[in-house]
Amino acid sequence: MCGMATTPSDLADQLSGLALFADVGAAELASVAHMLDERRFGDGERVIRQGVTGSAFYVILAGEATIRVDGKDFGKLGRGDFFGEISVLLGEPPVADIVAGRELHCAIIPGPALESFMLGHPKVMWRMLQSEARKLRTATRWRG
Amino acid sequence: MAHAPERGAQATDGHALAGLAEQPFPAGDYPLVVVGSGPGGIQLSYSLTRLGVPHAVISADSAPGGMFRRWPFFQRLLSWTKPHAPVERGTRFYERYDWNSLVPDEDQHRAIQPRLMDGTSYFPARSEMEQNLATFARDTGIRARYDCKWTATARDQGRFILQTTSGEYRAPVVVFAIGIAQPWKPDIPGIADAAHYADTRSPETYAGKRIFIIGKEVSAFELANGLLPWAKQIVLASPRPIQLSVVTKSLVGVRARYVQPYEDHVLGGGVTVLNASIDEIARTPGGYRVRTTRSDGGGTMSFEADDVIATTGFTPPLGDLEKLGVVTSGRERIPSQTPFFESISVPDMYFAGTMTRGAQGLKKHGLPSSSGAVHGHRYNARILARHIAQKYFGIDPARPQLKRDDVLGYLLSELTHAPELWHQKSYLARSLLFDAKRGIVDDGIVPLQLFVDGAGPDGVAVAVEANPAGEIYPAIYVRKDNALSEHLLPSNPLLDFETAEHKAELSSALAPVL
Repeated sequence: MCGMATTPSDLADQLSGLALFADVGAAELASVAHMLDERRFGDGERVIRQGVTGSAFYVILAGEATIRVDGKDFGKLGRGDFFGEISVLLGEPPVADIVAGRELHCAIIPGPALESFMLGHPKVMWRMLQSEARKLRTATRWRG
Repeated sequence: MAHAPERGAQATDGHALAGLAEQPFPAGDYPLVVVGSGPGGIQLSYSLTRLGVPHAVISADSAPGGMFRRWPFFQRLLSWTKPHAPVERGTRFYERYDWNSLVPDEDQHRAIQPRLMDGTSYFPARSEMEQNLATFARDTGIRARYDCKWTATARDQGRFILQTTSGEYRAPVVVFAIGIAQPWKPDIPGIADAAHYADTRSPETYAGKRIFIIGKEVSAFELANGLLPWAKQIVLASPRPIQLSVVTKSLVGVRARYVQPYEDHVLGGGVTVLNASIDEIARTPGGYRVRTTRSDGGGTMSFEADDVIATTGFTPPLGDLEKLGVVTSGRERIPSQTPFFESISVPDMYFAGTMTRGAQGLKKHGLPSSSGAVHGHRYNARILARHIAQKYFGIDPARPQLKRDDVLGYLLSELTHAPELWHQKSYLARSLLFDAKRGIVDDGIVPLQLFVDGAGPDGVAVAVEANPAGEIYPAIYVRKDNALSEHLLPSNPLLDFETAEHKAELSSALAPVL
């Protein structure tokens, strides 16, 4: 396993390569990097927990994670994917576990800070909405 | 394996000062080596000793106390000890009001800090804290090999090899309790010319000066507060907006003691608090010029200053541990850890003291643990000692059993009074296991994450939690057939959770297992 610590400028560089932050300029990104938490997870460690309150919004910087509902795996997440937003937006416990895979490294916005972050960075919010729309479209097609 | 002559459990009849002269634990093979003699190392050594776990302690310092032998800069702590509290001094429940004493098993060694305070403040002076730690080490017989600096690390055939100024130590398990006290500066052009917090001079030398402080966290405001009577002008700048603990309703943000410069700022008294990135620091004939870019889109600003001080934080003095494979996270480079404070990437390497911040736990609502301070990590050390005793030495003291009728009252008492739960909210929990063979077993204080994520017999873990609204309330986690359910109980204006309402709700939550 590799992975060294990151300074805010390193983190800004990593964020600049992700779709969620693609429309954010360098100066704003430098500021954003100071506002995010970071965490590396052990293989198999749970990141968010089905039914447990108080979670956060996570953006995967590196590594992978598994979506697990009632003990069954429902897919993988990788670099640039994000999760936890539905629980935070609705103020409800997550409906799935997210379990760390190999070398999972995330940027984190605590739940209570997400609203002010998104309102302060509308271009990130727009990208997030686009992603949510794609998920909704996929789910609608699947049901149809 | 050849053992050094003085390996083995810590003596219980020695004295720290005598230990200085004796210099115990010469280089050689030990079953466990603890590096560090600050509060984290002392508490861990104490807890290991009481469990009968043989180990050596080595320290680069010349006496116990760690960072408190030098800091905080303005000589008074940020964590309180209330000499007069709602519960009797010298009891376990008193620890909730005493953030600074270490936590022994014997009553006579409890609550050392309030005995040493002179009544002028409920924040101990630095010297009183140093004395508190030295007294604990002396009275409980904790010894260390002082003036023994760890310099390099290797791993060979399952053993760690620690090179030190006293020779080579070899052990299959190591614990680093080395603090987070290595000054760190960000990569800003010209910052090499700026002082770090650690290099701050005596306050009177700043009389009539213009001070530019990089940073807006606790240490920045500690300095600004201390320099208010001296400096002509103070500017505090960093990209992130200020956070105040009384606003976040947590330990996140500038603590109330140091808010005065902020009030000066908002009332237009002359202190400037700015959200801006620091672009460059340049020397001028009269001092410094600091060029900034405001984070709110307000453009660039330049400041002339006589002194620039970077309060940009500290990192652990990790030496070569990252080269050995220790994964760290974030700007502070704190090793990422399991709930038992083990490196997630280097097995059998553990951490104690403030470095246990790297075991982040559930971090509910974004609120961190209190592991960065003595009142938090002293309990982590107990858990770590028990884990090491169990895993590596087969020492596993029997857990007490509980009668069914006593469960509700016991858990509500713990939720109302237990210092471990109050100091480590959403992080440590009291756990009971409902075992078919052993009955109801008190599994002690455990990392909440371990219970929530772990499998095992039916059980319950209770924790004290807080939310962003500032409410403090009990949280009940019930594990039945390895499925977990969370139950949040109501808060109470007097923080008394031993009410009929709480008893009824707890009883309902425990119905599946009790």
